[in-house]
Amino acid sequence: MTDIPWWASENVWRKWAIWITAFMLLVLIVLTFDSVARITAGHSSVPAYSVINKRIYYQFGYDRGKEFPVIGDDAPLFGQMLSEEEAHALVDKGKLTIQSRNCMNCHTLMGNGAYYAPDLTKAWLDQGWGAESIREQLMLTFLMDPGGNARTYGSNRRMPDLGLTEEEAKGVIAFLKWMSAIDTNGFPKGFKPIAQEGDS
Amino acid sequence: MNVSMIRGQWNTSDLNAGQRLAIKYFTVAVILLVAQILFGLLAGLQYLKPDFLYNVLDFSVNRMVHINAMIVWMLYGFIGSCYWLVEDEAGVELVGAKLANIGFWVLTLAVAVVVVVYLVVQTGPGERSTIWLINEGREYIEAPRWADFGIVAVVLVFFYNMAATFMKGRWSGISGVLVLDLVALAGLYLAGMFYTTNVSMDQYWWWWVIHLWVEATWEVLVGCIMAWGLIKTLGARRRIVTTWLYIEVALMFGSGILGLGHHYFWIGTPEYWFTIGGFFSALEPIPLVAMVVHAVYDSGVHRFRNANHPALAWLIAHAFGNFFGAGVWGFMHTLPQINLYTHGTQWTASHGHLAFWGAYATINIAMFYIAIQRTRGDIHMGAGIKGAWRWKWALGLTSVGIIGMTVALLISGYEQSFVERALSGSTWAGFFEAQNAKWFVQGMYWREIWGVAMALGIVLLVWDLLVIGRGEQRPATYLVESDEDEPARELES
Repeated sequence: MTDIPWWASENVWRKWAIWITAFMLLVLIVLTFDSVARITAGHSSVPAYSVINKRIYYQFGYDRGKEFPVIGDDAPLFGQMLSEEEAHALVDKGKLTIQSRNCMNCHTLMGNGAYYAPDLTKAWLDQGWGAESIREQLMLTFLMDPGGNARTYGSNRRMPDLGLTEEEAKGVIAFLKWMSAIDTNGFPKGFKPIAQEGDS
Repeated sequence: MNVSMIRGQWNTSDLNAGQRLAIKYFTVAVILLVAQILFGLLAGLQYLKPDFLYNVLDFSVNRMVHINAMIVWMLYGFIGSCYWLVEDEAGVELVGAKLANIGFWVLTLAVAVVVVVYLVVQTGPGERSTIWLINEGREYIEAPRWADFGIVAVVLVFFYNMAATFMKGRWSGISGVLVLDLVALAGLYLAGMFYTTNVSMDQYWWWWVIHLWVEATWEVLVGCIMAWGLIKTLGARRRIVTTWLYIEVALMFGSGILGLGHHYFWIGTPEYWFTIGGFFSALEPIPLVAMVVHAVYDSGVHRFRNANHPALAWLIAHAFGNFFGAGVWGFMHTLPQINLYTHGTQWTASHGHLAFWGAYATINIAMFYIAIQRTRGDIHMGAGIKGAWRWKWALGLTSVGIIGMTVALLISGYEQSFVERALSGSTWAGFFEAQNAKWFVQGMYWREIWGVAMALGIVLLVWDLLVIGRGEQRPATYLVESDEDEPARELES
């Protein structure tokens, strides 16, 4: 057909489809190299696993206009300073436990998952644990018997009994502490943390 | 028409090998669709009665089966659709039909075992063996690793069937796009087949599977099916639908590939994704507008004269459902400034329900009707179908049901984002304050009520798929592809 304008022709759009797809894919691949480097544990936004040996603060940064985690002094989890390898192994146990117990089909991690139970991104820093001094033990007791120690805030939604061993529960707590130290660009919005040492 | 074909009777022996296989895929798809709805109702009920099936069939299990059954039935529908059209489109017999049949049974056996393990075993110890054998624990791709290998093997067989058949026969715009899209679809699944401690890294690649499937390669796949479906039902001109398909591919991949960035706002990834993800995902509705224009314009040009009324009605439902569900509902909360409040709330559930139903369930159902028409002996499926009320009420009830659920979830989502995020500091106490809020709870009740309406629509749909065209003696009125300036001509089968 000679009366079809060039911009409506099949050939032109086939070429556009190929070139646009190829270009976007190329840009994504280049950005992926950069992003993957930055989210590797121990780099800019995602801390090394040994961060579980430290106190994690959560602060509002006026220059960034959002909250972000700050790594403080030594505050070893369950009183044990761990090497990077040991910390990695413990956090790994927690991640495996979270996957194997299908936590993501009730909770969200960094906002992704199901919406039946609270987001876990900053669970370590949540006000629900009362005070930093009793937090670890409360978390451990709760995870070992979530039905018996249920706190449903009036919703009557209880966490099922998932039969966590003490080792698994400690792993989950280590994972949650490490995850709370990831800089999530201010998500969840306006998070108000547990009373922190030094707070007036 | 083949002389051995008896109109009005279910007869697969006159179908070609690809079509016979498609019928098997469609049958399993419908069974899984019913499972999806049932487990959705159970999970929805647990929001209202949390003690219901507590520690027996917990919300996490019901929700997992709900979303997994959905993903798998839709894939079965897509694979079935491709097998249905491949011989017609290539002009030769299916290459590797025997292998394709083995693939179907391997996949179906794997799906059955995975579902039984989900329901009976449910969880395992915090070890790698659980990820390999029971449950991977990652939303949408929970299938254990052993099943991943089965899925990849079957998809490779499927890809071989398609590519080899087109290579032996003829290529077209539709088949070219389809085969290239299948390469991407199969390849992307590999991005989800690894374990890492690092949750940011985990979610970075997890989105390559979820987003680049659902918001890119699946959309292009349904674009191909839509193009073929419009030729079959309306007699639309191939040159027109192919040009539209290329436009859709350019716009879909042009916006959708970097639109992936809207999942990289809050997972520890750099801030440049705010700009890239926000900008490109804001463009994502554009190809969906193109698809609506294309479907409605083509139908209008043909004055809605078509060979298969239920199929065309579901194709039109797809065009609008895709635009509103994926396009409008996605755009509403895609900008980071809004997403900071809405991410991980019932907003996402609202969008997810309308988008998956509107974009993918509908077009698969259209293909079921196209397949039934042929399998019942190329029967008339135009005006005056016996028992036409069934398909119309099925379409009506499911549409009203899904829209009702979407709006109910959106109201709950608004309430949640205001109370939990804007007012209560995003704490656990804030989460539950929102969950207990009156309007949130009302939304959850209405979601379940509309879910029941949807389930009734599904009952009617399944009933209709089983009986439509039974005893119909009139032949189909197919429309052949029209010439440049002429409307489509009728062609009796």
